[in-house]
Amino acid sequence: MTRNIHPLLIAATTLVFIFLVGPLIIVFGAALSDTSYLTFPPQGLTLHWFENIFAISAFRRTMVTSLQTAVLSTVIALIIGIPAAYALNRHRIQLPGWLSTLFVLPVLVPELVLGFSLLKNLAVQLDTPIYLALLFGHSLLVLPYVVRVISASLASFDFSIEEAAISLGSPPLKTFFTILLPNVRSGVIAAFILAFITSINDVSISIFLTGPGLSTLPIQLLAHMEQFFDPTVASVSVLLMLLTVAVMAIVERTLGLTFLAK
Amino acid sequence: MKRFAGWTLASPATALVVVFLVLPVLATIATTFTTPAGPFATYVSFFGSGFRRTVLVRTIQISLITTAIALVIGFVTAYVVSRAPGWLKSILIVAAVFPLLTGVVVRSFAWLIILGKNGILNSTLLNLGLISEPFSMLYTQGAVIVAMVYLFVPLMILTLVGVLESIPEDLIQASSSLGAKPIATFMQVTLPLAVPGLIVGAVLVFTGSFTSYATPQLLGGEQVMMMGTLMYQQAMVTFDWVAASTIAAVMVVITIAIVLVMTRLARHLNPMAV
Repeated sequence: MTRNIHPLLIAATTLVFIFLVGPLIIVFGAALSDTSYLTFPPQGLTLHWFENIFAISAFRRTMVTSLQTAVLSTVIALIIGIPAAYALNRHRIQLPGWLSTLFVLPVLVPELVLGFSLLKNLAVQLDTPIYLALLFGHSLLVLPYVVRVISASLASFDFSIEEAAISLGSPPLKTFFTILLPNVRSGVIAAFILAFITSINDVSISIFLTGPGLSTLPIQLLAHMEQFFDPTVASVSVLLMLLTVAVMAIVERTLGLTFLAK
Repeated sequence: MKRFAGWTLASPATALVVVFLVLPVLATIATTFTTPAGPFATYVSFFGSGFRRTVLVRTIQISLITTAIALVIGFVTAYVVSRAPGWLKSILIVAAVFPLLTGVVVRSFAWLIILGKNGILNSTLLNLGLISEPFSMLYTQGAVIVAMVYLFVPLMILTLVGVLESIPEDLIQASSSLGAKPIATFMQVTLPLAVPGLIVGAVLVFTGSFTSYATPQLLGGEQVMMMGTLMYQQAMVTFDWVAASTIAAVMVVITIAIVLVMTRLARHLNPMAV
């Protein structure tokens, strides 16, 4: 194997990774600074700005909304996405070819357009509660991830095991829970995590489906940033990054780091 | 019964996409053709307005520059990462995945701290005595491009690492054992095999930049308005929903056209598929 790489390429790669990680370290530092403005390196260390997050009721409220929306939309997407992925693998011949394209549409159609269309045609015209529109928007957003990840793990599933169970008299639902689901467990975990993190970070759909009284954490962050320039925003960002670290740790524990490379 | 099993299982997901995505988006596009002024009036006024045309051209320009820079940076980095020893490769991949999983607001915010008037870049340059007055770097096209490149480079790296790793090692070895210099092997074997992956990466970055909202909003503001921020402004600030729907339709058509054309092209250019 030829491993000799030109030193210039190695230098360039080092710079790229400094470029990738540096700004996030700066956010970390800025969140700890004992100043009323954003600065790096931090001047004096304090956790005051983290306390401040919870002192601001808008952050407390939107944090709950975001977590709730992420969990609910992920669960909805799993409940309808797992059967869909199963059908695409097991009953491919019965289903038209465009169906798998339909399930990637939420990635293809710009999120802003989806958010605006849900606001215009659902929330305003049909008087659907805005939170429901937000929830459907997020479920759609994460559905493609669920279908793709579950399909990938079903591709290596040996369906003859399932047939064996059925021919031995196991009812379909029991077969699903005792045979199929345990075999795609890692796919379900991966899909859950990917969907959860996508929903919790979403801006482009949520921006149209939030307003006074209902907002998500990233939207609240955006609004706060446009008015104040204090380290509170940095500390909320750090909390979100810690969530990302936790997510990556779970992935590493359950699926191994190689999964992340896929 | 068995014949319909597939449809039964796929129908809830199909219904969700049709009812809450296809129909609302089509309805939005339909309203642009049913204005009292005539079927194409909104498009005539969209392309007739110098300001909106400028926004469209600027958005395409920023997206193209971002894509080009991300392609170069991503390809070089992915090349090195794919040839790195195992332990180092894992660390580098984690370092690329971490920003990717961090939200766009947080990542754009980082550049707000760096590029601001009292930001880190200005204060460093002032302290070094390289400048005497702080620069205003925010709300420029450059600021938006830097933040967009930052946003999309991880995606490009991860896409291309996958592509480069799927190139059979035998081909590289065959080339070098037949006497090709490393640069010739790279130009004649590695690069052509990577072209489909480069196209996929470019499409992801271009469409992502073209339809972005948070980054141009935070780093571009009113001065560097892009399609996404213009659409939001028309919909939620001036409440001109017909104009917003027109922008939405233009975004959908351009995005889908690019995806269709480029994926065709990628398939056509794939030397392994012949």
